[in-house]
Amino acid sequence: MEKIIRNLSIGLIILMIFAPLGLLAVGETFGEWGPEEIKEKLGIVPPGLEEFSDLWSAPMPDYDFAGGSESMTMSSVAYILSAVVGVVICGGLLYFIGKKAAKN
Amino acid sequence: MHIPDGYLGPYTYIAFWIIMIPIWYYAGKKLNTELKSRQVPLLALSAAFSFVIMMFNVPIPGGSTGHAVGGAIIGIVLGPWAGVIAISVTLVLQALMFGDGGITAIAANCFNMGVVIPFVGYYIYKLISGNSDIMSSKRVIASAIAGWCSLTIAAFCAGVEFGIQPILHHTADGTPLYMPYSLNVTVPAMVMEHALGFSILEAVITAVIFAYIQKTDASLFYGEKSEAQKDKVKKAVTA
Repeated sequence: MEKIIRNLSIGLIILMIFAPLGLLAVGETFGEWGPEEIKEKLGIVPPGLEEFSDLWSAPMPDYDFAGGSESMTMSSVAYILSAVVGVVICGGLLYFIGKKAAKN
Repeated sequence: MHIPDGYLGPYTYIAFWIIMIPIWYYAGKKLNTELKSRQVPLLALSAAFSFVIMMFNVPIPGGSTGHAVGGAIIGIVLGPWAGVIAISVTLVLQALMFGDGGITAIAANCFNMGVVIPFVGYYIYKLISGNSDIMSSKRVIASAIAGWCSLTIAAFCAGVEFGIQPILHHTADGTPLYMPYSLNVTVPAMVMEHALGFSILEAVITAVIFAYIQKTDASLFYGEKSEAQKDKVKKAVTA
């Protein structure tokens, strides 16, 4: 059991280091376009979509520092940092929830 | 597959909140009765793993990008209800902190990725595995097929949710208010790009992790309670 956790953790850390590879995939994701991209595609922006699109301002939108980083290096650093934040918060929360829930 | 705010109209996103609240409640209850202490580190790791996997955007021909979720393997190892909790926590953080997926769409996204994927993954794996030896390679193949099907079916669900928007919400002159494309565009687009791309990645991830845990400690797998399987696990561990 300890061996599995250790090895999976090593795998996870390697994935985190290589996470910026995910930035190389330039292109749009179906159904995740911003209003500008929809305007380009259709010539119009559906009014409800436009109204809702900036409902929430995330502190690190698109796994980047606010405002968008200039260079690939900075974006990569931000991306890895986002992975660290995600791992610490998700892992931490589930560990806490799990400890509370687990019986034996 | 993270639906942003503004794509689903109120009928759809409210309906998914109404669907998801009892599912979350029941998943919490199930976690209380089923989770063992020794699974806790694995549960924590699985959410962290899912978070990072979803950051790996993969390009496919045609210019679209997407990602695996890792939900099938969580469903198979820890059980589908634990999968609901692990992936939902991950998706809520992604929406709030990183703007990946909308706030109004949290429940819909949790349904597609956090319910459909671990449940479809788990039951397809069980269906194909049948009574086969817990150590068999048939189960590795079953896990791969489960991974592929689960992400493809989740993509189909998202495609349907998108595609019904122009029917549900439009102005008097027919201008769509939210997602502008209809079912004949959204369903093929979502299903094809996943079936031919991201679901294959999900299948590989599922099979690799499955084979690793099977080889290292098959007693961890959820729902393997029969005496025959326990004996096989014991034999495999002592061999």
